[in-house]
Amino acid sequence: MDTLTTFLNGFLPEGLTTLIVILLKIIAILLPLILAVAYTTFAERKIIGYMQVRMGPNRVGPKGWLQPIADTVKLMFKEIITPTKSSKMVFFIAPMLALAPALAVWAVIPFWDGGVLANVNAGLLLVLAITSLDVFGVILAGWASNSKYAILSSLRVGAQVVAYEIAMGFALVGVLMAAGSLNLTEIVRAQSGGIQHWFVWPLIGLFLVYFISGVAETNRAPFDVAEGESEIVAGFHVEYSGMAFALFFLAEYASMILISTLTALLFLGGWLSPFGHALDNVPVLGSILGDGFHWLLIKASIFLFCYLWFRATFPRYRYDQIMRLGWKVLIPVTLVWIFGEGIAIALGWKPWL
Amino acid sequence: MALIRSVKQFIKSFTLFELFQGLSVTGKYLFKRKFTIQYPEQKTPMSPRFRGHHALRRYPNGQERCIACKLCEAVCPALAIDIELEERADGTRRTTKYDIDFFKCIYCGFCEEACPVDAIVETHIFEYHFENREGTTITKEELLAFGDKHEAEIAKRKAADAPYR
Repeated sequence: MDTLTTFLNGFLPEGLTTLIVILLKIIAILLPLILAVAYTTFAERKIIGYMQVRMGPNRVGPKGWLQPIADTVKLMFKEIITPTKSSKMVFFIAPMLALAPALAVWAVIPFWDGGVLANVNAGLLLVLAITSLDVFGVILAGWASNSKYAILSSLRVGAQVVAYEIAMGFALVGVLMAAGSLNLTEIVRAQSGGIQHWFVWPLIGLFLVYFISGVAETNRAPFDVAEGESEIVAGFHVEYSGMAFALFFLAEYASMILISTLTALLFLGGWLSPFGHALDNVPVLGSILGDGFHWLLIKASIFLFCYLWFRATFPRYRYDQIMRLGWKVLIPVTLVWIFGEGIAIALGWKPWL
Repeated sequence: MALIRSVKQFIKSFTLFELFQGLSVTGKYLFKRKFTIQYPEQKTPMSPRFRGHHALRRYPNGQERCIACKLCEAVCPALAIDIELEERADGTRRTTKYDIDFFKCIYCGFCEEACPVDAIVETHIFEYHFENREGTTITKEELLAFGDKHEAEIAKRKAADAPYR
């Protein structure tokens, strides 16, 4: 990256160079992300198929590997239909509003030590703030569609996301109390030293609450009342077709990957190796067993798999039970845990250090 | 007792015991053998009594079997069969028209049961389609041609089923 900067500086003004380098970095993050989204949809269909003793898609390309590409091409060529009495501008802005925050958060996600687009000091706060904006796209989509099902769904999403955001925020409070920083890179560094130093052990309750509310936050099964097929057809995106629908899809899966990555970063030590530095000097395997991006990839994939596993296993929650779980179970659990953690810190008793 | 039960319930729900139980079930099924039949390449076994596309059969000497008794037309619950007949110069009673409307037909096989000379049969062929709405009524010529084409297979299946009739 530095050689590129000096190379470009040779014939371009400095401001332009910075812009180009940042744009290239953004592309380097977003392209793999979008590819990952495409193949997450494939993995979802394959894994849920396997759990239902079916094969899943296996016709397009070898073993079905080209299926997501075929899906994308189909969606791109489909007509985008607007309901007659919808408010057209909001109708088209809504999917972009849903997608933009889901992609923007990735700016502060560190992929390896120093491998981050914007090393913001209050990174965790930024993540919380931007992911909360996701819900605007959904609510506006439901409202602009001028459809009863869509508006019902967006109301559900609104209430659900508000309820679970609090539990999620509290779970993060526990993490930043333990790490003593809001910077995501610092939070991961605070967990260095092998698997026993990861925050998942002292904060197991917060970890579970975080992942459960993460599932609820992204409107995935078993909390997908927003898309409850049996009640409201497809929820807020009933009226969307073609690429406009694809954007919602992209946003949902990008948030899923984001939550998985965040869980890996905050509780499982992100890019840190579970062996610490003990095996760094092993020949050949040392670079694989040491810290690196591949560990983050593995950890995030495990959580992504859990998302699909949950969807294949659990029946959808009833709406009032979702609210009960969010307000009356998860939030008290986090509060109690944070209280206990605060006492431990005040007594100078930090088992994770 | 009630206290113990509620404490048990509390521990059970907070350790997510039942959720993990459910996950273990789907987790096991992930590695089970898949039952999917890869249709065009693999096919399920088929009974000789399978009722698919109709055909009119002939005797080995080339004489058509149908004697225009109209039993099939009478028994057809969907009124899909339409027959007209004539007396030929050699004194035999033959159909001039034998139409089956495939959109009306419910593939019950009653025509085959009713036929005294095994002329109308339902074959094992089920992979066929119509490309426009006019072609859905199959005429006598088409039925005879279909029967001629698949006679070997039809005879084999009839022979296989004969001991049980």
